[in-house]
Amino acid sequence: MSSLILRTTLRLILPILLLYSVFLFFRGHNHVGGGFTGGLVAGAGFALYALAYRVSDLKQLIKIEPQTLLSVGLLISLVAGLIPVLGNKNFLSGEWITISMPRFGDIALGTPLLFELGVYLVVVGATLTILMNLMEE
Amino acid sequence: MNVTTTPWFDVVINLVFLTMGINFFITFIRLAKGPSVADRVVALDLIAALAVGVIALYAVATETSLYIDCALALALVAFLSTVAFAQYLMRRRGDQHE
Repeated sequence: MSSLILRTTLRLILPILLLYSVFLFFRGHNHVGGGFTGGLVAGAGFALYALAYRVSDLKQLIKIEPQTLLSVGLLISLVAGLIPVLGNKNFLSGEWITISMPRFGDIALGTPLLFELGVYLVVVGATLTILMNLMEE
Repeated sequence: MNVTTTPWFDVVINLVFLTMGINFFITFIRLAKGPSVADRVVALDLIAALAVGVIALYAVATETSLYIDCALALALVAFLSTVAFAQYLMRRRGDQHE
């Protein structure tokens, strides 16, 4: 479908959708949000792109195969689960490091963030896989 | 001054909820009767917009800002669903002409 209105709207909405998905991703763990919802919102944005242009254009935009995204996400989640095991803790228990940045305050980085990143990539990859296969028919 | 302490706040909130309920009812009639598929898609889009309004209203009534984010997500996804429906309708019409 080649609609000029949709393409112009997409130029406004796609950045908002992607920014909102990153916002949801980082707000997870403490508040509503997380990797799953963030990934779904990003997937919705890519779906809109595929609707406004063509599926082949979406493939050019992402450049990575969705299946690769999916498997890398699973691997990241597995690594996040295995890091505490190295420190003689249970599988998937949380390990936190606090990084002090000048002028920015303390940033708490932990394995839950890494796990959520894996979930995010898995959800985006799964959404794109389903989308591309359905829309190419 | 806090909005929720103004004297007519509860009355106004209830009135707007009632109005939104009537809106939903009228839109559902169009959704059920709708002679063509396009009418139903427009009704669905309107229902999503009304839902965004109700969620925002609920956020004001309960003073919880988290619901505003829900309304934002719903508004973005509802737009996507309407566009997808429109494309489906266009494709189907194209098939009929052939």
